[in-house]
Amino acid sequence: MLWLRQFFWVEPMTLFDGWFGTTWVEGEQRILSWQSRSPVFTIIGQRIPQTLTVIGTAYLVGILIALPIGIYSAYRQYSLVDQAGTLFAMIGFSVPTFFSGTLFIIIFAVWLGWFPTKYDTQLEVTDWASFLQQVKQMALPVMTLGLANAAAISRYMRSSMLDNMGMDYVRTARAKGMSERTVVLKHVLRNSLIPVVTVIALGIPSIFGGAIITENLFGVNGIGAALIGAIHANDIPMVQTLAFIFAVLIVLFNLIADVIYGLLDPRIRYD
Amino acid sequence: MTDATAAAEKPASQRRDIWNQFRTHKGALFGLITLGILIVAVLIGPYLWVPEKLSVAEAIKLKNQGPSLRFPFGTDQLGRDMLARMLLAGRVSLAVGLVAMTIAIVFGTFIGILAGYYRRLDGPLMRMTDMFLALPLIPLLLVLVMLFRDRVAGMIGPELGAFTLIVFAIGITSWMATARIVRGEVLTLKEREYVLAARSIGARPNRIILRHILPNVVSPVMVAATLGVAEAIITESVLSFLGLGFPPDFPTWGRLLFDGLQYMQVYPERVIWPGLAISLTVLSVNYIGDGLRDALDPRIRGR
Repeated sequence: MLWLRQFFWVEPMTLFDGWFGTTWVEGEQRILSWQSRSPVFTIIGQRIPQTLTVIGTAYLVGILIALPIGIYSAYRQYSLVDQAGTLFAMIGFSVPTFFSGTLFIIIFAVWLGWFPTKYDTQLEVTDWASFLQQVKQMALPVMTLGLANAAAISRYMRSSMLDNMGMDYVRTARAKGMSERTVVLKHVLRNSLIPVVTVIALGIPSIFGGAIITENLFGVNGIGAALIGAIHANDIPMVQTLAFIFAVLIVLFNLIADVIYGLLDPRIRYD
Repeated sequence: MTDATAAAEKPASQRRDIWNQFRTHKGALFGLITLGILIVAVLIGPYLWVPEKLSVAEAIKLKNQGPSLRFPFGTDQLGRDMLARMLLAGRVSLAVGLVAMTIAIVFGTFIGILAGYYRRLDGPLMRMTDMFLALPLIPLLLVLVMLFRDRVAGMIGPELGAFTLIVFAIGITSWMATARIVRGEVLTLKEREYVLAARSIGARPNRIILRHILPNVVSPVMVAATLGVAEAIITESVLSFLGLGFPPDFPTWGRLLFDGLQYMQVYPERVIWPGLAISLTVLSVNYIGDGLRDALDPRIRGR
C-alpha cells in the first residue's frame, strides 16, 4: 500500500514540485533503494541516458540493417543474397547475445585492439576527440545488439514483402508501365511496412528495459545493470519499481502498436 | 489377389510425405544431423571419455593447459578437463531445454484447448495469457530464482533444487505462444463438420477434444515445441551467465561460458567452446523447426 501511494502520488508530485517549485509532497517518504539509500527514481534518472544512447542506437542500427536486407531478399527470393540473408537471420536468432558479445570482445578488442572492452560511463562528450571515443566504446555493444535486432526484423520485413509482391495491385502497377523501382519501393514497400512498424513498436519497451546481458557484459551502467545489481543485493524496492515500469511500458507499447496498425491500415477497424 | 498389388505400390503415408518434404530442406537436415551428433556425444561421451583421476597437487600443476592429446579442450583454472566438463554440461543444458519445453507445451496446449473449446473460459484464460505476455521475462525469472533458490535447495538439495526451479520457472514463463496458437487452431477446428458429427452422436466434450481436436493441433504444436527447446536453452544459459543459474560444480554450457569470461583475454577458447556448443544447438534446433513448419504444412507439401 505504501509503495502504491509512493509510486503513484509521491514520485510524480516530486517531479511536479521540482519543476514548479511547489511543495505538494514536501517531507513525504519517497521510494528508497535499500542499496544506496537514495530515491529509486534518482537512480533511474541517472541510468536512463546510458541505456537510451546505447540500446537505442543499437535498435536503430538494427532496423537500418534489417530493412534493406529484408526488402532485397524478398525482391530476389531464393537468390544468393536471400540465402545469405536467411543464414544471417538464423545466426542472429541462434547466437545468444552473451556469446556474440564475447566473440566481438575477443576479436575486436583483444586481438585487433580497435575498440575498448569496457564502456566508460564517466566519459563526457565535449569535443571531437571525446566524441570519437564515445563512438568507439559504443561500437561493440551496438554491434552485438544490432545484430540480434536486425535478424528478427529482417525476417518480418522479408515475409511481409513476399506477401505483398504477389498481390494484384503490384501486377497492375507493373502493367501500367511503372518502373520497377517505383513499384517495389513505393507500392510494395509502403504496404509491407505496416506490420513491420508494429513489430518495431513492440520492441521499444526492450530498449528501456535495457539489454540486461549486453549491459552486464560491456559494463554499460544502464537500467539493466541496475536491475541485476538490485537483484543480487536483494534490493526489493528497486526491483519492484523497475519491474513495474517495464510491465507498464510493455502494455503501453502493445496498445500503441495496435493503434498504429489501425491508423496505417484502413482495412483494420476497431469497433 | 488385390492384396498383392496394393502391397507392391505402397500408398504414400502421411509420415513418409512429411519426411520427404523435410529432406528437401537442407538447413533442416543439417540441423537434424548436428543435433543428433551433439545428443549422442553428451549421452555416451561421458562414458567414453573418463577424465583421469588427478590428485589436487597434480591438478594444480596441470591448470590452464592448452589443447593437447591428453586434454583435447585444455584444462580450466582448477586443472579440470574441459572436454569432460563440456560433455556433462551439455547433458544438463539439453535436459533443461527438453524438460522446460515439455512443461511449456503441455501447459500451453491445455490452456489453449480450454480457451478455444469452451467459450466461457476464453475471455479469462486469454486475458491471463496476455498478462503473462506483458511480464518482462528475464527480470521475472531472475526475481523468481532469487526468491526461491535457497528455499527449494533446502528442500531437495542444491543441484536438483536448482534444476527443478529453473526448469519450472522457464516452463511457466514460455507457454503463452503455444496457448495462442492452439486456441486459434481449436477455434477453427471445432466448427468443422466432423466435430459436429461427433457431437451429434453424443460424444462427450473431453472425448471430442482428445480424439478429434488434439490430433489435429499436433503439427503447429510440434513446431512450437522445437522452437521452445531453443528458447529454453538460451534462457537457461542467460540465467547461468548472470550467475543465477546452477551452482558452480554443476556445469552447464552457460555456466562454463560465465566461468570462462574472467580468463577471456588469455584463454579465449574457454569461452568459445561452450558458446559454440550453445549456438550450434540452438541453430540446429531452429533449422529443424523451420523444416518441420514447411514439412507439416500441407499447402507447401503438395508442391
